[in-house]
Amino acid sequence: MDRFDTESDRKLCIVVSKGTLDGAYPSLIMANAAAAEGIDTHLFFTFWGMDVITKQKMDKLAVTPVGNTSMPIPQALAPMPGMATMATKMMRKQISDLDVPDVPEFMEMLHEMGVTMWACRMSVDMMGLDEDDFFEGVEDIISAGDFMELNEGAQLLFT
Amino acid sequence: MATETIAGTEVQVDEEGFFVDPNVWTEDMAGELASQVGVDELTEDHWTVIKFCRTDFDAKGESPTLRRVSTETGVPTKQLFALFPKKPAKKMSYVSGVPKPKGCV
Repeated sequence: MDRFDTESDRKLCIVVSKGTLDGAYPSLIMANAAAAEGIDTHLFFTFWGMDVITKQKMDKLAVTPVGNTSMPIPQALAPMPGMATMATKMMRKQISDLDVPDVPEFMEMLHEMGVTMWACRMSVDMMGLDEDDFFEGVEDIISAGDFMELNEGAQLLFT
Repeated sequence: MATETIAGTEVQVDEEGFFVDPNVWTEDMAGELASQVGVDELTEDHWTVIKFCRTDFDAKGESPTLRRVSTETGVPTKQLFALFPKKPAKKMSYVSGVPKPKGCV
């Protein structure tokens, strides 16, 4: 007997197209919550989302105040040197203060939890990347068509 | 609010079956609670997790998340999924008699 077994075959596919800290984290947090609920969870990384799975870049994701009116900095000052570095440092600290792991550790955790990660074929070709550039949790490089087959019947999120 | 009999004791539970008052939980209820969520036998690793859930809830007033259990007990996340299949966060809390975790990560 399992009182939490809903017998559902729920599946969630999240398209990650952004490579900023504030662009990537929401997807990772949703994927974590989904996996903990026993949902078959897939992440498809494309365009700037490729940075999240690229070994050389995944620990360097940043946030910029430029064009981001939600940040408490006047937009005229946002492009000044050092502003992006400061904003990134602050956001990383806020995340870490909540005991939420940094991006490489978070990806490792998701991989351990059984979240399946896919890299976009076109982005790989466009950016001149190959499998060796990716964090080892990445399952495979697949095309948009492959992804459509994979997400049949799934709930989809584009981020 | 419903009432269930766990290990011979009447316990008030919420609509999902979690204890309304975590203080009424005793160790001898864990086995029966576990069997209700598809965990047939409680191993030493299960107990490590259960005991941490209890002490952390007592200390913090809220249930630990998977991440917290893993970092504080050293039991890898993957192992938590093996111990409490499919829905480890809910199941470890349920067996420990504490509410389901509120934290996101």
